[in-house]
Amino acid sequence: MKWWNWFPAEASDWAGSYDTLFFFMLALSGIVAVAVISTAIGFMFRYHHRRRVHRAGTASFQRILEYSWIGIPLLLFIVVFLWAANLYADLFFPPPGAMPVYITGKQWMWKIQHANGRREYDELHVPAGRPVVLVLTSEDVIHSFSLPALRIKHDVVPGRYTRIWFQADKPGSYHLFCAEYCGVGHASMTGRLWVLPPDRFAAWLGEGETSSLAREGEALFRQHGCSGCHGANASVRAPSLEGIFGKPVALSNGTTVIADERYIRDSILLPRKEVVGGYEPIMPSFRGQLGEDEIIKLIAYVKSLSEAPPP
Amino acid sequence: MTAAPSYLSGIRRLRDWLLTRDHKRIALLYLVSITVFFFIGALAIALVRLELFTPQDDLLTAETYNKAFSVHGIIMVWFFLIPSIPATLGNFLIPLMIGARDLAFPRLNLLSWYIYTLGGAFTLYAVLAGGVDTGWTFYTPYSSFFSNTHVFAAAAGVFVVGFSSILTGLNIVVTVHTMRTRGMHWFRLPLFVWALYATSAILLLATPVLAMTLVLMAAERLFAVGIFDPVLGGDPLLFQHLFWFYSHPAVYIMILPAMGVASEVITCFSRNPIFGYRMMAYAILAIALISFMVWGHHMFVSGQSMYAGMVFSLLSFLVAIPSAVKVFNWTATLYRGEIHFDAPMIYALGFVGLFLIGGLTGLFLAALALDVHLTDTYFVVSHFHYIMVGGSVMAYIGGIHFWWPKMTGRHYPEFWARFAAILMFFGFNLTFFPQYILGYLGMPRRVHEYAPEFSVLNVLSSAGASLLAVAYVLPLFYLAWSLRKGRHASANPWRATGLEWRTSSPPPPLNFGEQLPEVSEGPYAYDPDPKHGRR
Amino acid sequence: MPMTRTPNMVGAESQVRHSLPGQAHAATLGMWIFLVTETLFVGALFAAYLLVRTVHPQGFILGSRETDIVLGSINTAVLLTSSLAMALAVDRLRADMAGAAARWMVATALLGLVFLGIKGVEYLLDWQHGLVPGPHFRPGGDQAPGMELFFFLYFLMTGVHALHLFIGIALVAIFAVMLRHGRFGAGLSAPVENLGLYWHFVDVVWIFLFPLLYLVHRT
Repeated sequence: MKWWNWFPAEASDWAGSYDTLFFFMLALSGIVAVAVISTAIGFMFRYHHRRRVHRAGTASFQRILEYSWIGIPLLLFIVVFLWAANLYADLFFPPPGAMPVYITGKQWMWKIQHANGRREYDELHVPAGRPVVLVLTSEDVIHSFSLPALRIKHDVVPGRYTRIWFQADKPGSYHLFCAEYCGVGHASMTGRLWVLPPDRFAAWLGEGETSSLAREGEALFRQHGCSGCHGANASVRAPSLEGIFGKPVALSNGTTVIADERYIRDSILLPRKEVVGGYEPIMPSFRGQLGEDEIIKLIAYVKSLSEAPPP
Repeated sequence: MTAAPSYLSGIRRLRDWLLTRDHKRIALLYLVSITVFFFIGALAIALVRLELFTPQDDLLTAETYNKAFSVHGIIMVWFFLIPSIPATLGNFLIPLMIGARDLAFPRLNLLSWYIYTLGGAFTLYAVLAGGVDTGWTFYTPYSSFFSNTHVFAAAAGVFVVGFSSILTGLNIVVTVHTMRTRGMHWFRLPLFVWALYATSAILLLATPVLAMTLVLMAAERLFAVGIFDPVLGGDPLLFQHLFWFYSHPAVYIMILPAMGVASEVITCFSRNPIFGYRMMAYAILAIALISFMVWGHHMFVSGQSMYAGMVFSLLSFLVAIPSAVKVFNWTATLYRGEIHFDAPMIYALGFVGLFLIGGLTGLFLAALALDVHLTDTYFVVSHFHYIMVGGSVMAYIGGIHFWWPKMTGRHYPEFWARFAAILMFFGFNLTFFPQYILGYLGMPRRVHEYAPEFSVLNVLSSAGASLLAVAYVLPLFYLAWSLRKGRHASANPWRATGLEWRTSSPPPPLNFGEQLPEVSEGPYAYDPDPKHGRR
Repeated sequence: MPMTRTPNMVGAESQVRHSLPGQAHAATLGMWIFLVTETLFVGALFAAYLLVRTVHPQGFILGSRETDIVLGSINTAVLLTSSLAMALAVDRLRADMAGAAARWMVATALLGLVFLGIKGVEYLLDWQHGLVPGPHFRPGGDQAPGMELFFFLYFLMTGVHALHLFIGIALVAIFAVMLRHGRFGAGLSAPVENLGLYWHFVDVVWIFLFPLLYLVHRT
């Protein structure tokens, strides 16, 4: 359809659903705006003070009018709310097997790490037709990772991980913007999203650094002495990390948490915050010793301890 | 022409202004101050729109640009929009409209103005000493740890001016409760008074939270204690929750008074009572109440829980309903009226149209999924400018025109006023409509350079801004001219209802003569005469 | 009502309002509204406390244990007694016993000063124990960030409270002097009653602060 050229590229099915809702709202708003404005203009002409028209009497159907123009908008709003809420919720439940990509925003660039270790800056390469889940964080201030062609964005916040997923379908090159003001370099914190056909993506992924994040994480695990307590023959009693990722962990205060990225990160930086049930709170904090990059690698390593070995 | 003493007579010395307790003179003090700040804020955005005329960063450095939009936001929000109608028209008119001789606490009223001026001084200092670049939203940790600009001075300015707002709100609420004249029951009050009453409630309840939020941010900046900084154990989202808990109701502080003005003007120039008076009053209260429950709609993609987002989204849709009711009722007020297109009416009708469009785009932003793409883009910028500028500013200027004869005893020149109003309407749309499209295309906010494909729309927007600039400057000239050369005004040149029109133009110092007026019927008693159409 | 005016006297309260009871009513309504705004002002701090405590429960427990519960409890008793004194002052004034009222107000102000004095001693001890957030904050370890945030909120909340108390003491003292000089009689007790409202409010805020800052998990 030719007129779509006027609009930003739609690079995923979700973006297509987005546009359906958007144009529905546009049509609805347009109808309301035209209706109200033309009614008002109509009244302005018909009842101009120089015109002799019948003006007596008040509107007898006042009540009905008032109730309907409360009731009808209310119904429409509820429909739109539900439609939009449902579409929104989609973004936060990635399908299992979604390919993780770790994104760290910093003043004023995007650092992107793929699971196999391939790193890129200000560019994000993804395969077409495969779900990708972005794990986002910031090293300094709040930024926002914006991909207009996919119609998604999310703030990257220091001190926490946020996640959003998508599946791009249309190969091509698209804009990447920073959408949260972050200082002098905010406007230049732009880049590109490259959606590649799966075979070309696999080839791309194979180039560049090949040491996987998990393998680098394993090296860090040893370098920083983690294996001294969490390893197989440790003298100190510490919870095993095999198979824990994504599963519930029973804490010493009686509650349960899921061992996700946030849990691993907090365990490294704030180990007394959530102590595993039955263990002493003796783990030291590694705050100041590990950068965000390294934490991501350690998380990848711990994740790998929960994955089935490749066939 | 007339020799009767007015509140403007006998002004010889500066102290007649600076030590006055007359709400009418205080209103004029505010009028001058906020006009000065309006033009400072406008200058800042002129720089921005000039830079955005081209995609490259060829006019300003990034630092200067960032300071320009920050100063624009801070000044326009706190030193122009929030005080505009309440402190000028509200101060002047509320006692007159309820049949009182002044506000409840005249000296507190003057103190409010001094506090406003002090806050303005802090902010001007921040601007002149080098500016502030955090944006008007002061998000942490950028504002508390990373910015190298005069954040503290700017925050101090906003903190101080907040107390001016609080005291004005307090004055208005107590006045409306305790000083209505005989017969002026609550449901006989003009909608302007209802609107300002609700606005004052918001001023009272929301502003203190902003004050404390700024204290926390400043303390973090000064003492490096990380309540908002994650490195030190804090949470940046706490700042956002506290900030928006104030700032969302704040935008209703900016629009409710404008709605009040619209109701007064549209009824007068349609010679018709307002359609659905009670509903209009209830709608004002509903808007004020629900406005406190929607702040999270600024945080749908900031890391807030998805479920919280759903609650905020639903409530944001709900708050649109009373606003929609008001738009429909204003339109219905025209039905079987006698429409006159004097300048105030052009402003008021422009207000309704632009508020309608701004409000509809608000629905896009309230819808969770749609907001994901549109937030932090020019779509939001356009939405809030449609409401605050196309809405509030037009209504404010329209109100100034409507009550100009009452305040000054002079008429402004009608031709130039209509010209400015129409120019403003078209200039406004040219400036801001392209920004909706830019936002949908994905152009982010607060950038001084942008991708070349956004050029055409930016050029249109900057061109519109130049028209707007002319439209805003024109009234300065002809209103000033009218003070000397304008035709003298009678007590009720518009043949409007309302107690303010039952006294001379300008009013005497104690508003009414020996006897305060009494009220025996509702407002907007524009009398229909079936045989000859309305008078 | 005679319309006398001098050139610059427009708008003074006595010309504006119809009656003295009307003025009193307006002033009292104004004070209640002001107290509502104050509630929201400190409310923001309580909201911050709530959130930060949820994130750092251990840090808050450890921090709270470092506060001086003895001095804090004494202060609570002092402030409650001062509220009693203020209430008695208002009561005496309503009974037209201006002298007794003034004496009770002096007692109120003195008790307020005692509170501030004890608070000052606490702050000094906190400084000596290295509990002031910033470069001289002594506690270390895992929970240090939470403890430092606790003390940040402790100093900010008690500091804001102390500032309000100081203003209250000054006003009570001034009003006591004015009372001695016959400025308020039974029919004009509204300003003193409103000041009493303010004083009680400052007391109530302390009653919320005390458990949150001193009594967390003190078992």
